[in-house]
This record gives sequence, C-alpha cells and structure tokens, in this order.
Amino acid sequence: MIEISGSESSMPAGDARRNNAWVQLRRNPAAMAGAIILVIMAVTALFAPYLATDPTNMSPVDRLQPPSAQWWFGTDMYGRDIYSRTLHGSRISLAVGASVAILSIAIGLAIGLIAGYIRVLDAIILRFMDGLMAIPDILLAIALIALTGASLTTIIIAITIPEIPRVVRLVRGVVLSVREEPYVEAAISVGTRLPLILIRHVLPNTIAPLIVLATYNCASAIIIEAILSFLGAGVPPEIPSWGNVMAEGRIYFQRAPWIILFPGLYLALTVLAVNILGDGLRDTLDPRIAKRM
Amino acid sequence: MLNFIVRRILTSIPVLAVVVVFVFLLLHLSPGDPAAMLAGPYAKAADIEKIREQLGFNAPLIEQFFNWVMQILRGDLGVSIFSQKPVTLLIGQRVEPTLALATVTMVITIPVAVSIGVLAAWKAGSWIDRGVMAFAVVGFSVPVFIFAYLLIYGFSLGLDLFPVQGYKKISDGFGPFIYHLVLPSITLSVIFIALIARITRASMLEILNEDYIRTAYAKGLHERKILLHHALKNAGVPIVTVIGFGIVLLIGGVVVTESVFNIPGLGRLVVDAVMKRDYPVIQGVILLFAAVNVFINLVIDIIYTAIDPRIRY
Repeated sequence: MIEISGSESSMPAGDARRNNAWVQLRRNPAAMAGAIILVIMAVTALFAPYLATDPTNMSPVDRLQPPSAQWWFGTDMYGRDIYSRTLHGSRISLAVGASVAILSIAIGLAIGLIAGYIRVLDAIILRFMDGLMAIPDILLAIALIALTGASLTTIIIAITIPEIPRVVRLVRGVVLSVREEPYVEAAISVGTRLPLILIRHVLPNTIAPLIVLATYNCASAIIIEAILSFLGAGVPPEIPSWGNVMAEGRIYFQRAPWIILFPGLYLALTVLAVNILGDGLRDTLDPRIAKRM
Repeated sequence: MLNFIVRRILTSIPVLAVVVVFVFLLLHLSPGDPAAMLAGPYAKAADIEKIREQLGFNAPLIEQFFNWVMQILRGDLGVSIFSQKPVTLLIGQRVEPTLALATVTMVITIPVAVSIGVLAAWKAGSWIDRGVMAFAVVGFSVPVFIFAYLLIYGFSLGLDLFPVQGYKKISDGFGPFIYHLVLPSITLSVIFIALIARITRASMLEILNEDYIRTAYAKGLHERKILLHHALKNAGVPIVTVIGFGIVLLIGGVVVTESVFNIPGLGRLVVDAVMKRDYPVIQGVILLFAAVNVFINLVIDIIYTAIDPRIRY
C-alpha cells in the first residue's frame, strides 16, 4: 500500500537523526518486542542442530505422539520430532525472508534510480511494473516455480520478482521529489556528476523508507514461502520448512493437530514480529514515511 | 467525466499488454527447453515432441507470440496438456465456487471492517481502539491457512457447527451452499478486515480533525449522525481504494483457502495444474486473474470519481 505524493520535501539523513531514531525505537515497546523475538528466532535457527535432534530421524514406534515432556511439540506420522522440525524450519523461513528483502530492495533500488533519472525509460519501466503488480504475487511465484522446478534458489527468485515493483515505485517517487530540491540543483550547477549526485544526495533519502519496506517485504516473503510449501509448490518435501511440515500434517489434522499448530504458531509469531518491528521503524525513522506507506 | 473514463480505460490496456508479454516470456525465456520442462523429468522423447507440436514451439518466437495473442483475443486460452480440454472450459467449470467464496467474503468483510474502523477512530486511544489496532496487526500477520485450521479446529472438530471441508453448488439449495461457505469466507475475510479496518480508522481520524466536524458538533448534531453522515462519507475514498488494492490479496487468499477447504474453484485448478506441470492452465488462470484485478481497479477508480465531486481529472 504505497502512495507516493512526490511533493514532500526530504532532508539527507544525518547521524544525529539516526541516533535519535534508535533512542525512539527503544522507547517503542512493540517494536522492541518484535526485534527481540526475531533475535531469539535467528539464534535458535542458527543453533538448531545443537538445540534439537535430527529433524529427519524417523521412529515408527513414536508416531503421532501428542506433545509431552519427551516430545515438546509432539511427533508426526513417521515419529519425527515436530519441535526439531519446527526449529529447523525457521532456518528456511528466515533465510528466504532475509534474502528476498535484500534482493528485492537492491534490484528495486537500481531500477527505481534509473526510472527516476532517465526520462525515456521512466514510462516503459513504470508500465512494466504496473503489469507485474497486476499479477497476484502468489500466482506469479507459482508459475515461476512450475517452470523452473522448486529449489531454495528458484523459490527466493520467484518470491523476489513480485516484490520488486513496490520498491521501484517508492524509489522513483523519492528520486522525483529529491531532484527538484535546491541542494540537488546546487550540486548540478557546480558540475557534480550524476553518479555522485545519486550516491550523495538521492540515496540517503531512500534509506529510511527502504528499511521499512524491507521489513514488509520480508514478512510477505515468509508468508508466501510457507504458502508455496503448503500448496506443494515450495521447497522440496524432504526439507523441513514450516509449510512442508504443515502440508504433511493436513490429512492427520483431526488426530494430530499439533503437526500443523506448532509450526503455524512459529510462522505467525515470526511474521508478527517482523511486521511490528516494521511499524515501529516506520514511526520512528521518519514520521513522513507513514504517509507514503 | 466521459473523457476521464475513456482515458482510464486506455491506461489499462498497456498494463494488460505487459501481463500478456510477461506470461509469454516466462515460459520461453526460462532456462532449458520449455517442452521438456512441461513434460517433466520422466517424459519420453515422443511425449516431449507431442507437447512441442501441440503448443507450437517449433515456430519462431515472434510468430509464436503473434499467434498466441491472436488466440487470446479470440477468447481461446489454449488446451490443457494433461486433460486435453480447452482451458476456457476448465476455467468455466471452476468459476462458481471462487466467485461465491469471494462474494461471501466481501459481504462479511465490508460491514465488519468499516464498523470496527469507525469505532476505533471514534474511541481513539481507548482500549477498543487499541484492540482493533492489535487485531489489524495480528490479522495481517497470521497466514490464511493458519486461521483456516484454527477455525476448523474450533468450529468443525470442537463444536461440530460447520463442515470440515467441501463445497455445495448454489443449485443444491441456498442453505447447504452458505453452510459450506461460512468457515472459508470467515477465514479469508480476516486479512481483509484487518486491512480495511486500519485504513478506515486512519481515514476517519483525519476527517474527525476537520473544521466542519467541529462545526457539526457545535451545532449540536447527534454524534451518530456526525460519524456516519459527515465523517464516514468523506472518509470513503481511501476505503474504496484499499479494497481495490486488496483484490490481489483476495486472489492469493482464494488459492490457499480453496486448497484447505477442498473447494473446487480456480485456486484449486491452478494448484493442481502446478502439480501436473500443466502450463496452459496456469497461464490461463493468471491471465484471467490479472484481467479481473485490472478491471476491478478500473471500476473502483471510475466509481469514486463519480461519487466524489472533489476528484477531478
């Protein structure tokens, strides 16, 4: 949901404001809670092999065990430990979320700068982005995966492509508003070259809104990855991603709801944490961004 | 006004053209031989050749594109590789459940979302407001299928109020039809209620600060009249716009909801097609959904220009 008014003035971000933003963010309890949850998630994901048993270890005797002291989150139809599978699943989700956020911002930033600065290409790029935005992101990702086959890399690419147009539109809007600013005109008049203008004057203005957009892209990537896996179009089934674990639990839902509920809870909590961190960043980094998002 | 409508319709054409080009290139610029890819890893050489023949992959790319566009313009979306039936026929068979699900979802969403949004703005800062905002964040964060399973767990397995899954045609009677759609529609409406309630609240808060609202209060007008008549009417445009933005979300949600509740709609069609690598079907559904999306946004733009005299183009 981004509306770019284009008329808002922006100032280059300074160190003072960045420090100020950090202080304010610390005062925002929801955003801090989001950040803390994410840090815990990232640490447990990183050390998953030490915190849990092998997620692929089958034990037919222990199949469909309810949650207990031995099996914290219960077991699935092959007697695999859901706790271990959930913890290992967070590795996939966080990796996909972070990669898509970084990739979509980097690519979108480059295209957005080009669109904002090269008039001839602007209309073409915008039309193309409008067309991409018209295709529902899940369907676009599904089509890409159907064509290329599912692997972690293709899934990251398939989720990144639909996220790019929003970044392009945001960056282009910032560029268009900044290029009319007196300090950019001054820079041009003293003969500063275009690359330097982009790096010194335009780029800093895009940082704050892009950080916020990155969190939203990350949240939506985590959801889409889980949906793709859940529908059977995601990472290969032998990899324990949250979506895969839940998909396997579907037919056992009446007997063993924990197979779906625990990974689902983790998924919801992660996305919630990313979103409230994003909202917190939006409110503290620059209140004017709130109007653009 | 007419001028605006014509111009607005014309701007949709390039968007659709981009979609068509993109969907075409997707298949042809993917690495590897498209026919072999569609045939799958275990296909025999003869099967690959058959697919290549059927989809006309032997012609030069430009010619293929031209033929394909002409075919779409004639309303022909090609033939399914798997069932050998026309894609338009397959889509036609699946439209009713999807349309029913989307309609019932919107019927639930709009009254609920707008009223809790207005309530939150009216009682800004209160626990009601904080509750609505918390719901908006949570509703936007929890993926559709998790709500689906929570609702199935509570209302179908726990209370035994609704069926776990399945679909009844409207021709089988309105009662069973709605009975099967209640849980899927509530599931799908959550994310929408979250989105629209949030925009309604923000939009109302802005309006409630306007001078004319203070004037209305000063005149001694009834509070309900001020909220619904003076404020909500003026807050309407952003709310209608966000419904347009939300269509993409709705379509994505339909795909997932239909899979969870086993509803034989377009979402299931496309998911099944992915399993069978039936690209003509995937292509057809994408084109249809993109066109629906563009069309609904077009209609919304025209409607709010028509109802709001402040908007002039």
